[in-house]
Amino acid sequence: MTNAISSLELDQVSIWLGGKQILSEVSFAIAPGEFTGLIGTNGAGKTTVFRAILGQIRPSGGKVIIAGRDRSKGDTSVGYVPQKVQIDPDVPLRARDLVALGLDGRTLGLSKRSVADKELIEETLVAVGAETIANRRVGTLSGGELQRVLIGHAIISRPQILLLDEPLANLDIKSEHEIVDLLSTITTDQNLSILISAHDMNSLLPFMDRVIYLAGGRCASGTAEQVIRTEVLSELYGFRVSVIHVDGRVVILADPPPMQAKNKVT
Amino acid sequence: MRIVASFLIEPGFFSSAVVRNALITGAIVALVSAMVGVFTVIRSQSFAGHAMSDMSTLGGSGSFLIGINPLLGFVAASFALSGTMELLGVERRRGRDVATGIVLGGALGVSALFLYLDARSQSTTGAAVTILFGSLFAQSSARVPIMIALGLGGVIVLGIIYRPLLLSSISPDLALAQGIRVRLLSFLFLSVMGVSVALTSIEIGTILSTALLIGPASSALRFSRTPAIAMLCACSIGLIASWLGILLAYDSYYWPPKQRGWPVSFFVVVFIFLFYLASSFKERNSLLRRKNISLDRDTNLEVTS
Repeated sequence: MTNAISSLELDQVSIWLGGKQILSEVSFAIAPGEFTGLIGTNGAGKTTVFRAILGQIRPSGGKVIIAGRDRSKGDTSVGYVPQKVQIDPDVPLRARDLVALGLDGRTLGLSKRSVADKELIEETLVAVGAETIANRRVGTLSGGELQRVLIGHAIISRPQILLLDEPLANLDIKSEHEIVDLLSTITTDQNLSILISAHDMNSLLPFMDRVIYLAGGRCASGTAEQVIRTEVLSELYGFRVSVIHVDGRVVILADPPPMQAKNKVT
Repeated sequence: MRIVASFLIEPGFFSSAVVRNALITGAIVALVSAMVGVFTVIRSQSFAGHAMSDMSTLGGSGSFLIGINPLLGFVAASFALSGTMELLGVERRRGRDVATGIVLGGALGVSALFLYLDARSQSTTGAAVTILFGSLFAQSSARVPIMIALGLGGVIVLGIIYRPLLLSSISPDLALAQGIRVRLLSFLFLSVMGVSVALTSIEIGTILSTALLIGPASSALRFSRTPAIAMLCACSIGLIASWLGILLAYDSYYWPPKQRGWPVSFFVVVFIFLFYLASSFKERNSLLRRKNISLDRDTNLEVTS
């Protein structure tokens, strides 16, 4: 499992929260520039994986390794786009200000931004296609526009890996495609590893180099062809599921339970 | 010009030491409250701000009871209460409001006891009136340097934590991801808010201090492009409201029929309210303009097949 060039590696990570085991010896590794989907139903532990990677939860077992080093809190080599950011339209924060806070949000004092920093902010706004909305209040942006700005906020400090927690939830189809396209471009242009969580994998399928499928506190990792299979997912869920391909889309269905004895015709 | 000035400003306004103290302390309070107020509104902590004002009654009434400087009482109570509120749990907004409500209830209960004992021991209601409605014209010169030091301290702390505080106010998740200690920041901010409320309480009273904390900031946020500009606007609004309030309160001693003078806090709050109304009107107009523009765009859409 150990790979010296991995951007991110989870090695036998187990996490207990409130007396309940959320993750059980979860292991996977992501190579630089890899676009990886973290797939699982609601409550499967996707956000917990992210919190462990961000250093906000200490695993009860195993370790999180970022670019060959043990994870430390506030490590700037990890960029993060949270699941929910709600900003009141009354807050006078422009899109460019939020992107800039990705660069110097930790900085104490009121030091002026350097010319190089200002150029980097402009470059990032262009990179995420947010230059035309740069001066708009963040609270007035649409879901897709806000995602672009949050991605800009997360990548401006040049992290090695970008975590996105359900960024496609609540987006319309057009915005969904635009955001996935943007992420794919960023992965290629900046050799940035991406770990994106979703409960529906279909819009990500054409772009994913790797899938990490979470269920029952365990995970299966590999290419989509290796992981999204009836036998692999049945083993993961602990009961029989069927993987069905319909018009290039994947549907996972739980098989009906076997007929009970009392209903059998004798 | 001179005629207008003499009509607006009654004789002795600038030569009075009492007025000078009121103008200086009024300015300090207005500036600190405005800056703290911008973050209070952005963080949706208006309830905490209001509760802090009410709770500082505990410090004011306690200090009268044991005979110490009321400013010291206000500041000590505000610090203690901000720490308690933070300890009780502030991870999410709902939890924060519950914690604030619980601490508020307890503090007001003790304040009621202290005010009762104050009234009994002094056989007057003077302490209660001073605590609840303030005493801008009763500030001693000796208190001015202490107020400047406290105000300056609050502004310096706010300046140091400005960026992390802004990020954690917008999204604690984004701040946590950058390794920012969100709870420590929250405690520091509540402490600065406590100082601000203590200063305001001694000036215009605990009942009306929320107006100076929230009013200028919420008006300024409506027409500012950045939080820093909002702070400058809020400072201007607070300063204008305070100084005009002092001027009219001074003038009111000359108003017929009884020439008894009106409370400063009343005028300050009236001006803050007028600014808020003006900002609401401006916001409504710009919303309507935006709506009209988008309607125009929609009618220009053509569907081709």
